Amino acid sequence: MNRGNDIIFHSSYQIHGGIHPPENKAQSNQSPIQDLPIPPQLVYPLLHNDRPLTPTVEVGERVLAGQIIADGKEATSANLHAGTSGIVSAIEEHSLPHPSSDKGQCLVITADGADEWAPRSALKSAFEQPREALLEHINQAGIAGLGGAVFPSHIKLASQVETLIVNAAECEPYITCDDRLMREQASELITAIELVLYLASAKQCVIGIEDNKPEAIAALEEAIQLRKKETDLDIRIGVVPTRYPSGGEKQLIELLTGQQVPQNQRPSALGLLVHNVATLYAIYQAIVLGQPLISRVVTLTGDAATKPGNYRVRLGTPINWLLEQTDTQPYERCVMGGPMMGFELKDLSAPVVKATNCIIAAGKNELSEPSQALACIRCGECADACPASLLPQQLYWFSRAKDFEKTRDYNLFDCIECGACAWVCPSHIPLVQYYRFAKTEIRAQDEEKRKADAARKRHEFRTMRLERDKKERAERHKKAAEKRKNAAQSKGEVDEKKATVADAIARARAKKKAAKDSSS
Amino acid sequence: MSTFVAVVLLVLLAAACGALLGFAAIHFKVESDPVVEQIDAILPQTQCGQCGYPGCRPYAEAIANGDEINKCPPGGEAGVKALADLLGKDIVPLDESLEEAAPTVAYIREDECIGCTKCIQACPVDAILGAPKLMHTVIVDECTGCDLCVAPCPVDCIDMIPISDKGWSWPEPAQRIPVQQVV
Repeated sequence: MNRGNDIIFHSSYQIHGGIHPPENKAQSNQSPIQDLPIPPQLVYPLLHNDRPLTPTVEVGERVLAGQIIADGKEATSANLHAGTSGIVSAIEEHSLPHPSSDKGQCLVITADGADEWAPRSALKSAFEQPREALLEHINQAGIAGLGGAVFPSHIKLASQVETLIVNAAECEPYITCDDRLMREQASELITAIELVLYLASAKQCVIGIEDNKPEAIAALEEAIQLRKKETDLDIRIGVVPTRYPSGGEKQLIELLTGQQVPQNQRPSALGLLVHNVATLYAIYQAIVLGQPLISRVVTLTGDAATKPGNYRVRLGTPINWLLEQTDTQPYERCVMGGPMMGFELKDLSAPVVKATNCIIAAGKNELSEPSQALACIRCGECADACPASLLPQQLYWFSRAKDFEKTRDYNLFDCIECGACAWVCPSHIPLVQYYRFAKTEIRAQDEEKRKADAARKRHEFRTMRLERDKKERAERHKKAAEKRKNAAQSKGEVDEKKATVADAIARARAKKKAAKDSSS
Repeated sequence: MSTFVAVVLLVLLAAACGALLGFAAIHFKVESDPVVEQIDAILPQTQCGQCGYPGCRPYAEAIANGDEINKCPPGGEAGVKALADLLGKDIVPLDESLEEAAPTVAYIREDECIGCTKCIQACPVDAILGAPKLMHTVIVDECTGCDLCVAPCPVDCIDMIPISDKGWSWPEPAQRIPVQQVV
């Protein structure tokens, strides 16, 4: 890392590939973050990262804002909290904010309008608390990576690292929620950074940010300078050129440090920890304000949005309520997430969840339906654009031919699904869709193989056990026969049959006697 | 003379080759037939016996000895294809007397179970738990859905339940052919 005494430095490292799509950020980053009213009904999918959550409340029960309403058994799931006070009115099938637009089990809370809070438990003097207490607090608060991956934060924070990297790149077009958060809550974010530095025993922090957010950079610089007057802190702002996808975890690390995260490893292998800005703010809320993760900043934008901007929305708010409250005009399509990695919402009654960073109400000709895919002309544009230095064209051929072994050989699992290859493709081939399809097929095959191997092992063990039992039984019988023979010979009895009978009678007597003794 | 030398040389050469082969036969001996291993790796390991052999491995051995490759319904068409690829045979449709069925899992209606242990003895992968005169239950994660436990049950309390939907996965992109309006 190029060191200097200044807070701000411009990184000189580069990544392979990347693209420059139209930014479209000015529509939504002009006005401050506004609170969206609480809807009459909040809907909570009982899912976290596609894994089920178990409700901890019953239908008909009254819940308070901030109360845990569901938790997950698996390590990769996070607690879910009620967004406002009200009655749990149902646990039923409801549309999910998911590319499948399937329905799934959701918990519905009918708000009572009082917005009464459960007692908030802020951690007093957090820096004197043991790390475990802080981690448990973050776990209880249900905090997960708000950049989109929603991986539980307390697991990531448990590792000890050298450097914290704050992912403030926000490279995807249209999205501005992190930008606004940094402009408005810079000092809170610095406090959160200090907390995470303490938690991860890290010595320094680098905030990675694209150079298209000068206001956010200025706000952060001011907050860092203010804080530096009071205490000794090593927080710096690493400015990277605006280029999609600089905000990919591995891409940002390479841009700031020049190092590549090894294949199949996490940034902690390089002594790094990467957290998104919104996640840090959630950590601040949990520890300093004692408020679990019940709301997030969502960017509402697109040509059809009459009041584009950023809104603080309670999780569980149906997206059509968000559109109604903001007087959004009729739109052509509605996309959750950005234009590169997001997906179209078919049913707008789906709620805002932890991963919802942006809603695009697209007007006519804005995010048009993908046009007819043409044949690949082998131009190689995709390979130039790929930020992971893969060969998208080869991956496309092999995925299409369902030659999944080959896709694996060509490092399909290093693909971050950023969509840069599809964006540059002159034939409009939906490349990322092919990769996602191949990935899910490979995972399913692996699972089948694992099951078959387990069944084989169990069957072989069973066969071995049955044979062993048979052998042991034969051995026992042989031994018993020999014993009887010897006994008969010693008694001088020649008739083996008689000896066997005598032996059996003796055994039965002994048994009877033992039974009598134990009962009396 | 030259005939004698030639005979001696050939005998020596044959002896040397024989010794080499003998040495290789002892020191580089392959324990089991690698083809059987490869076939066994393709078979789905349900151990259901629908092929007519007592388990997947015996069927793998039978295939290696020339039996048909289309007798495994749990493996389905995909399994037949994989076997055909491995053995260089033609792809044949699944044996008509056998049907490719959706994957299932055994379920014991526990209040009806009399605890006879007959299903436990029938299970090829030890996936049923229980003791004499005590209720039995199926370890769902280990059950291969072979339905060998259904027939021995004297009170018919075992159901084969189809495994519900494996969850959503990304679909294969549609390969559409452009339709042009010709006036």
